[in-house]
Amino acid sequence: MKKTLFDKVWDSHVVESVENGPQILYIDKHLIHEVTSPQAFAELEQRNIPVFRPDQIVATADHNVPTLNQHLPITDALSRNQVEQLTANCKKHGITLYGLGHQYQGIVHVIAPELGITQPGMTMVCGDSHTSTHGAFGTIAFGIGTSQVAQVFASQCVLLSKPKKMRVNVNGKLKKGVLPKDVILYIIAKLGTNSGTGYFVEYAGDVFENMSMEGRMTVCNMSIEMGARGGMIAPDETTFEYIKGKEFAPKGESFEEKVAYWKTLKTDDGAVFDKEYSFDAEDIGPMVTYGTNPGMGIKVDGHIPQTDDASFEKSLEYMGFEKGESLLGKPINYVFIGSCTNSRIEDFRVAAEYIRGKQKAPNVNALIVPGSQQVAKQIEEEGLREIFEEAGFSLRQPGCSACLAMNDDKIPAGEYCVSTSNRNFEGRQGQGARTILASPLIAAATAIKGAIATPYEEERAVFA
Amino acid sequence: MEKFTTHTSRAIPLPIENIDTDQIIPARFLKATDKSGFGANLFRDWRYNKDGSENSSFVLNDPKYSGTILIAGDNFGCGSSREHAAWALADYGLKVIVSSYFADIFKGNALNNGLLPIQVSPEYLKELIATVQKKPETEILVELEEQYIAVKGSDNKASFDIDPYKKLCLLNGYDDIDFLISKKDKIEAFEQQ
Repeated sequence: MKKTLFDKVWDSHVVESVENGPQILYIDKHLIHEVTSPQAFAELEQRNIPVFRPDQIVATADHNVPTLNQHLPITDALSRNQVEQLTANCKKHGITLYGLGHQYQGIVHVIAPELGITQPGMTMVCGDSHTSTHGAFGTIAFGIGTSQVAQVFASQCVLLSKPKKMRVNVNGKLKKGVLPKDVILYIIAKLGTNSGTGYFVEYAGDVFENMSMEGRMTVCNMSIEMGARGGMIAPDETTFEYIKGKEFAPKGESFEEKVAYWKTLKTDDGAVFDKEYSFDAEDIGPMVTYGTNPGMGIKVDGHIPQTDDASFEKSLEYMGFEKGESLLGKPINYVFIGSCTNSRIEDFRVAAEYIRGKQKAPNVNALIVPGSQQVAKQIEEEGLREIFEEAGFSLRQPGCSACLAMNDDKIPAGEYCVSTSNRNFEGRQGQGARTILASPLIAAATAIKGAIATPYEEERAVFA
Repeated sequence: MEKFTTHTSRAIPLPIENIDTDQIIPARFLKATDKSGFGANLFRDWRYNKDGSENSSFVLNDPKYSGTILIAGDNFGCGSSREHAAWALADYGLKVIVSSYFADIFKGNALNNGLLPIQVSPEYLKELIATVQKKPETEILVELEEQYIAVKGSDNKASFDIDPYKKLCLLNGYDDIDFLISKKDKIEAFEQQ
């Protein structure tokens, strides 16, 4: 039978099928963090169950950590308690922890790929919906709730019915200034926030084949924003090249053996998907969102649609926008470049390239938050820190930061923030905060202009 | 987990679409290390004004409505995987959520906490919301064994689907950890392959 990439990985991890029910799916790697793990550890303790496979778990502190003075004790007592509990739980159960101060600490979905923990053909879970990020490697990776975190602790398995399959093809050449973030925001705007519910997505076509691993991670990261548990891209030379030499990647002969297997991980010709969509790369422009879910996106030079619907209107009211309005030129006081969607070195290179030699607008607070200690080190080594600092941007220490505002990095009520993160839900970046999702390039251009801007406006003016 | 067989209650209508788990329980309340007490902050930023006073226009503060069944708009529970959302709804006292669509992760989290998500057609949802809005004292009956939801004292009735395994878990109060641990031998054998 012809199989999809998803079938191949899923089927090879089924321990048993429950009659008339879900399947027992074996999990290769389990990532944990401070916010969704404490209740799972407590559950185990109440039932007096040991952690079954501690060697297959990796922990980090990312969600509520401060991005300033990480060498000092965390001042917020509740956050400090969660981080301390994670440390104690990991120690007790023999789990590897890259906590604050460790050279590998960072956002869980940034560190696992950069350490070579994420590899093609694996199954991975984490108590975080953006676990879909790891699908960029041809991995089945998805977010789980805390009850399931406890189940994986206890058995290294989850109980799940096999999702349906959906393929999204994008072919052609992306226009200048169109980044992977724009591609995924475009797809979600076209398909809607629940188009993927019950499905696992495969992204295919030359746009993804020509994308870097960082770009593929940005795309797969936001699969959950259309409701899909996960998204995958078939591994290829770009993937193998990225993994080669990483800390926990297989080495030498063992690497070559793995590559031979990884090369088999692609959808067979003629394999059937339950749903399939195709888009033309030429139709994609730089995107911004205007509403309170990630599906409410338009091209940066487009207009908010005229939709008569109570939920739509409630959303616009929260954002303070009008139907038919264009967002270009809207004054913006906050810009955030970071999160598991866009905090890898490539994202900062793109932003720095644009920012070099310019100054942020005086009204703008611009926050740059690297995804990991390793990314922070690269920023330093490549001389990007000077570019950001000379332009007036605030370069912080790694963490989830203003993406979900669990630490002090909050956007004040009523203020707009152009953000490279993944969710523009009400209050996501702070109570009453209004989020506009965009690529690192739009975010950089907006910070310089002090208003929503397209990066190539100046060029347009020059050539006009 | 508590057993779920049948349930009768008045219902609370919340006809907003795409209610994400950040609305159900905002991230700033995720700093607890146990599962209790989240109900106090359920729908926090809709339920309370900035100064901490109750927002009288929000349905949970409307004395007309009460009960342990929430009827919500399409695509309920989208966004973050935080199980705290299910804990908050259950801690508030809710037993059943009715919608025309549920996000995957939320649905699983709800079922793992004895909170029953019932998916009905968009038309039925609309009708049910209208019925409750018109007559808030309407009693709704949920029969898990027979898999139907009905408005008491009327012909209004709809069947719903549920995974047979999950149904068995709810009816008997079983949970997945016990089941998975009972499969340890199989799992270890799988690892040896």
